[in-house]
Amino acid sequence: MGVTTSLNTAGADKEVTTQALSNELADKGFLLTSTEAAINWARTGSLHWMTFGLACCAVEMMHTSMPRYDLERFGTAPRASPRQSDLMIVAGTLTNKMAPALRKVYDQMPEPRYVISMGSCANGGGYYHYSYSVVRGCDRIVPVDVYVPGCPPTAEALLYGILQLQRKMRRTGTITR
Amino acid sequence: MNDSVMIEELKDLGAHLEVRQEAAMLSHQVVGGELTVTVTPTNVPSFVQFLKDDAACQFTTLIDITAIDWPEREKRFEVVYHFLSMTQNQRIRVKVPVREREIVPSIIDVHPSADWYEREVFDMYGVMFSGHPDLRRILTDYGFRGHPLRKDFPTTGYVEVRYSEEEKRVVYEPVSLVQDYRQFDFMSPWEGAEYILPGDEKKEA
Repeated sequence: MGVTTSLNTAGADKEVTTQALSNELADKGFLLTSTEAAINWARTGSLHWMTFGLACCAVEMMHTSMPRYDLERFGTAPRASPRQSDLMIVAGTLTNKMAPALRKVYDQMPEPRYVISMGSCANGGGYYHYSYSVVRGCDRIVPVDVYVPGCPPTAEALLYGILQLQRKMRRTGTITR
Repeated sequence: MNDSVMIEELKDLGAHLEVRQEAAMLSHQVVGGELTVTVTPTNVPSFVQFLKDDAACQFTTLIDITAIDWPEREKRFEVVYHFLSMTQNQRIRVKVPVREREIVPSIIDVHPSADWYEREVFDMYGVMFSGHPDLRRILTDYGFRGHPLRKDFPTTGYVEVRYSEEEKRVVYEPVSLVQDYRQFDFMSPWEGAEYILPGDEKKEA
């Protein structure tokens, strides 16, 4: 493709809603919306997620953020610190020994915070349900918003889970959660 | 080099050890192309040192230390060592039968890499090692009770964790299974399973 200096060849907006928005902007020079919708739009569009990879699910979580599925096109970014994150993806087997650490990390996240439980082990213990060392579901430790099934879930499944979480945020999102 | 030559070499090695370390060894055998030597607990460090230094052995690499629980035996545990000789291209397995409260001498002076392996064996089976500088649990939870790989340890353990909203911390509680414990077996329900499948008891009536 290379660099082009010609006029914009992308054409007109194809979607009706985008067209309406574009026309309104061109007509008046500003847009009107409610604060709540604007805040929701900002929140869903910048989900900074905590990389809490505990086992093999973490590899699928990495795939989700790699170019093929490219999670970052939804405005997300992986953060290494809980203090900068809005979303925690519990990806993998949560053991008894790890449980207090998970809770500590969750407590350090600023409100509003969301949790996605990824994979059978995090959902309900999964393969290790009867084990002496594994928590039977990470919802015993932290409140979970979206459960993604699978062992491990595909990158697509996790992406779908994140989109579902965005839907949930749009539907239920308020200033105080 | 074909298999029979390798097995002959292992048998020669076994005979060599039999001559040089007669006092330490209880038996040796070659099964499935692998040499297994059984050694008395007190002689473990000297035997391992010999395996490391002897020109015909040179087992300088410690691969693994683990154990087996045999509840029906008088000497309940078998501590198993695996060694590799890079120069001789050979492997050896050393088994040490011990009673429940018997203490095994640590081989940490011979192989410093034995440190965490011995801690793991202690953690999982409760076998003690004398001369180990830091023999504490390595894998299980802080304050864990019991040794999980013993046959008399229940698979589900004794405690489970939960976050307590009142106490604002993760608390330990006795195990209460929401879903009944399932005993899994390798029998196929289509090919001669030795139990009555749910619903099949109505067939005769």
